[in-house]
Amino acid sequence: MLDLINIRKTFNPHTINEKVALNGVNLHMESGDFVTVIGGNGAGKSTILNAIAGLWPLDEGRIVIDGQDVTGLCEYKRAAFIGRVFQDPMMGTAGNMQIEENLAIAKRRGQKRGLCIGITKEERQQYKEMLATLGLGLEDRLTTKVKLLSGGQRQALTLLMATLTKPKLLLLDEHTAALDPRTAGKVLELSNRIVKEHRLMTLMVTHNMKDAIAYGNRLIMMHQGRIILDISGDEKRCLTVPVLMNEFAKASGDELATDRALLS
Amino acid sequence: MNISSLISALPGATAQGLIWGIMAIGVYLTYKVLDFSDLTVDGTMATGGAVCVMLMINGTNLWVALLCSVLAGMAAGLVTGIFHTKMGIPPILSGILTQLALYSINLWIMGFKANQGINVTKYNLLVSARNVRHLGMDNPIFIMLAVTAILIVVLYWFFGTELGSSLRATGCNEQMAKAQGINVDRCKRIGLMISNGIVALSSALFAQYQGSVDVNMGRGAIVIGLAAVIISTVIFGKLFHNFGLKLMAVSIGAVLYYIVIQVVLWLGLNTNLLKLLSALVVAFFLAIPYWTKNAKNMKRSKGAKHA
Repeated sequence: MLDLINIRKTFNPHTINEKVALNGVNLHMESGDFVTVIGGNGAGKSTILNAIAGLWPLDEGRIVIDGQDVTGLCEYKRAAFIGRVFQDPMMGTAGNMQIEENLAIAKRRGQKRGLCIGITKEERQQYKEMLATLGLGLEDRLTTKVKLLSGGQRQALTLLMATLTKPKLLLLDEHTAALDPRTAGKVLELSNRIVKEHRLMTLMVTHNMKDAIAYGNRLIMMHQGRIILDISGDEKRCLTVPVLMNEFAKASGDELATDRALLS
Repeated sequence: MNISSLISALPGATAQGLIWGIMAIGVYLTYKVLDFSDLTVDGTMATGGAVCVMLMINGTNLWVALLCSVLAGMAAGLVTGIFHTKMGIPPILSGILTQLALYSINLWIMGFKANQGINVTKYNLLVSARNVRHLGMDNPIFIMLAVTAILIVVLYWFFGTELGSSLRATGCNEQMAKAQGINVDRCKRIGLMISNGIVALSSALFAQYQGSVDVNMGRGAIVIGLAAVIISTVIFGKLFHNFGLKLMAVSIGAVLYYIVIQVVLWLGLNTNLLKLLSALVVAFFLAIPYWTKNAKNMKRSKGAKHA
């Protein structure tokens, strides 16, 4: 379960660049919920994910994961509960380290790291099998430096790393936006498969309305730092892009013209 | 210009290079592994020697004195780490602050004298310049080869552990490290402590080698360390991919640096101009990656115009 209770965040308060990024966000997610998040630029989609991940302290509000209040925990401590994939494929992996080293680091998320050997033989075998399921041929390249991989391969690897130790919550922040359409589709399918397989509670931000409709069991739309639309169940299943556009128009008013271009 | 005078200077240059190679390995750990330009080393490169010499003069056992030197260096690294991670001071400035503070501390350790001597005939020293032409196990070149080998083995083991891997991840991609639950601030402090401990060890050995410690001994140490790192990447970068071999290359880089210095001096350069030369050479090599990147971009934009 995830509970966001009246979260507020203003960047650069009391300056010319003041920006109310989150303006009282409330959200309750059940375990196993796969929620897609859409909204125009600056709506607060990525900000909400960053708030949950703990990049900065909140101005107000609380974040509770499975009954545990994590509001006061810093980013690396929250990582024990949270798996993340970023928009930038470079961001989720250590480029100068080998594939297996990256995986070994991810495997120890939430654990104490001491002077034991960083990667064991059994682990290697396990990684090999897991990489084989990606179907990208990475299973034979365990010792390849990650910086030599393509963006899509890196995102697939990051996804594997984020879910290697089963997280209580998976955050996908436009993780296919930087990829070409074909690769993006593949990575998205892979994400869906992993989420379903492990029944992971997931928040996925996307720019693409079609993807937001096609994936997950619930869709929320953000606008000016608030959740303005929350659709789930049958209603979500029957949703189409025009209906969603319409809802968006109703909720956001005159900014439609610019946002339609961005969202379509 | 007599070639035999150059050749007779080579054993000394090699021994010095190996000792400073230890320091260069310390610099490599912060500069390359942790991606932290740590200027603390200019101070630590005198602290280690000061601690070692003063303890030994006062009757402490050689090995205990060496251990205390390392601990003193680690403490200096920790201070820089605290400046950076707990007080938000940028890396370079953190190092400069510790370095400046160390100048006073080093003088204090040395009884407020600018230098202190330690005589090899009176004390049981590990390495001494006096033995540099001996063909025996007391030759500092042999001893330094052994010390370097042991250090590399230990570091190779450490950076393969869970903790060592998290240090490497911190230096490589801080964002990823945090997302994987790594306490990056702690990693930086640990890395700085290890690095400065190693530098202090080098300093203690160098003080023994030359039979004295000087408060200015570490001035420009960071540049010598960077020079060794750069020489090693230029010559062995494409060849060595294993971490242990890379560390070995750094040590070789330091030896080559001292041999080149020896050659330049033999060619008649004024000793007082050495630091100027070192700085310019290092600046030049540090610029190479930037220039090659620019050149590639230029080519690309030109290509685009033609297309």
